[in-house]
Amino acid sequence: MADRGDVIIAHHLCKGCRLCIVSCPAKVLEQGTALNQQGYCAALYRGSGCTGCGICFYVCPEPGAITVRVRKLGEGKPAA
Amino acid sequence: MWEIKHSRSASFYDRFERKGGNTEITHYCPGCGHGVMQKLIAEAIDDFGIQDRAILVGPVGCSIFMYYYLDVGNISASHGRAPAVATGVKRARPEAVVFCYQGDGDLAAIGGNEILHAANRGESITVFFINNGIYGMTGGQMAPTTPLGQRTTTSPRGRSFEVEGPPMRMCELLATLDGPAYIERVALTNARQNMRARKAVRKALRNQVEGRGFSFVEILSPCPSGWKVPPEEANRWVEKYMVPVFPLQVFRDLDHSDRLPKGIDVSKGGGIPFAADPPVPAAEAPEGGSVARGTIGEEALTLSGFGGQGVLFAGMALAEGAMREGLEVTWIPSYGPEMRGGTAHCHLRLSRQPIASPWISRPTSLIAFNQPSIGKFAHAIQPGGLLLANASMVKEVPDRKDIRIVRIPSYEIASELGSAKSTNMVMLGAYLELTGAVDQESILAAFVEKGTRPGMLESNRRAIEAGRRAAVEAEQA
Repeated sequence: MADRGDVIIAHHLCKGCRLCIVSCPAKVLEQGTALNQQGYCAALYRGSGCTGCGICFYVCPEPGAITVRVRKLGEGKPAA
Repeated sequence: MWEIKHSRSASFYDRFERKGGNTEITHYCPGCGHGVMQKLIAEAIDDFGIQDRAILVGPVGCSIFMYYYLDVGNISASHGRAPAVATGVKRARPEAVVFCYQGDGDLAAIGGNEILHAANRGESITVFFINNGIYGMTGGQMAPTTPLGQRTTTSPRGRSFEVEGPPMRMCELLATLDGPAYIERVALTNARQNMRARKAVRKALRNQVEGRGFSFVEILSPCPSGWKVPPEEANRWVEKYMVPVFPLQVFRDLDHSDRLPKGIDVSKGGGIPFAADPPVPAAEAPEGGSVARGTIGEEALTLSGFGGQGVLFAGMALAEGAMREGLEVTWIPSYGPEMRGGTAHCHLRLSRQPIASPWISRPTSLIAFNQPSIGKFAHAIQPGGLLLANASMVKEVPDRKDIRIVRIPSYEIASELGSAKSTNMVMLGAYLELTGAVDQESILAAFVEKGTRPGMLESNRRAIEAGRRAAVEAEQA
C-alpha cells in the first residue's frame, strides 16, 4: 500500500536541531551525516512510511525547511 | 496526486534580506522557540486573510529581526514599550490587527509598566509573550521570569529568593486586572503542546478580528543556546523546570466587545455611574480683545508668584478666553512639587500667527504676584512693556523708566469682595484693563463651558471688574 503522506526536507535550510526526528510518530526521519552549507547535519526522510500528520512541520522552527504533502483523496488505494 | 498540506506560509517574505546574513533562513539558533511561534503566527495570518492589515510591534531581543521575516506592517518599539506603541497604532487604525511580540526581558522587566497599563485599559490588541526565563540575545542574563535556582551569568550561584526574589508570573499578574479579555499560558515542549500553542495564537488573533478585547498569550519557549543544552533537552527543560513554576492554563476567556470589563456592575455600586455632560449654553460671539482685533501684536505674558495664589489658573483662564477668540495660544507652567507655598510661574503667548516657541525669555508683560517674581523676571520685560505688581506682597519694584509699572493691592481688594482667593482674578482684571489683550466676556464664557457654578462665576466677574477699576485708579494716581 502506498504511503498516505510525504515529507520534503530542504537540506540547505535545516539546522539539524533534531526536533522533527524525535517528534515523528512513525519514526521515519533521521539525521544525515553530511554537513550542509550552514554546517549542520540536516534531517533526512527515510523515503517511506510518512503518514502526513504534519507534526514535524509544527515542531520545526524554520519557516521553509519542511513541506508535508498528502495523497489526494481517493488515490493511493491499491488498484482493484 | 499529492497535495501540499503544510508548507512555508505566504506571510513570510520570499527572502529574508538582512545585513550579512543568509537570506534563506532565520537567524534563530537550532531548536529555538521563536521560529516555531513565528510559523504559528504566520499561518494564522494566512488563514484569516489579514496579512494586508496586520501590524507587528516588535520588541528588543532576539526576535527584533522578526520584521525581516514576517511580511506584514511593522514598527520596532523601544525596549518594553510595544504595548504602548500598539495602543497608539490600534487607536489610530482600528481596522488594523495589531500584535505585540515580546520576550520576558522586554515585557516583564523593562516593559512591566507598559503591559500592565495596556492590559488594564483592555486595549484591543494581541500580545504574544515569549518566556524563556532568560535574556537570550545578550548572553543569558537573569530575567524576572528566571526560575529559582537557575544559574545565569548574573545569578552565577543560582537565583535565590533572598537575593533576587522569586520569578514573576505575568499571566497571573494580569489576571488580577479587569481589562483583559483573554489570557492563556502555553508551552513549546512537544507536538501536543505546540498544537495547543497554535490554538491559543489563533484565538488571540481572532479575538482582535472580532473585537473581543485585549488578548495575551504567554508561551514558555526553549532557549537551547541560553541554557546551554541541546534542543531536545531544552524542550524537556521547559517541561521540567518552567511548567511547574508557570502552570499551563486559560486564565481568562471573556468577550469584551461591548468595551465593558466584566466583573464590574456599575448599577450595583461597583463603580461611579457616568453622569451626562451638562448642556453647554450657546455663548454669544465675543467681540475679541486687542490681540484678536490686531491693535497689538503678539502678547508674551509671564505670570509669577507663590504656589496657591492662582498664578497658573489665571494664566489658564486667559488662555482659554484667547482660544475662544480664535487666537493661537501656548501656556506652559513651571512649578515645584509643593501644592502651596512653592514658586510657580507660567508663560503665555497669544498671537494671530502660529507660535514658534512657547518659551518666553523677554515678556511683553509680567504679572508679579510676589516679591521674588520681581527679582526673577522684571529685568527681562521688553522696553515699553508692562509690569503689573500685586502691591499687597510686592514692596519694591525695579527702577525702570522704559516700562509701565502698575501696582494693585489685589489681596485687599479681593478680601473686601469677601474672597481672598480671588486675588488672581483681580490681577487678571487689571491686566485686561491695561492691555485689552482678551475680551473679559471670552474668559467668562470659558468658565461657563468648563462648568463653573453660577455663584463662582459671579464672584469671578466681580473680582475681574474690581481689578479693572483698581487699574484705572492706579493709572490716574
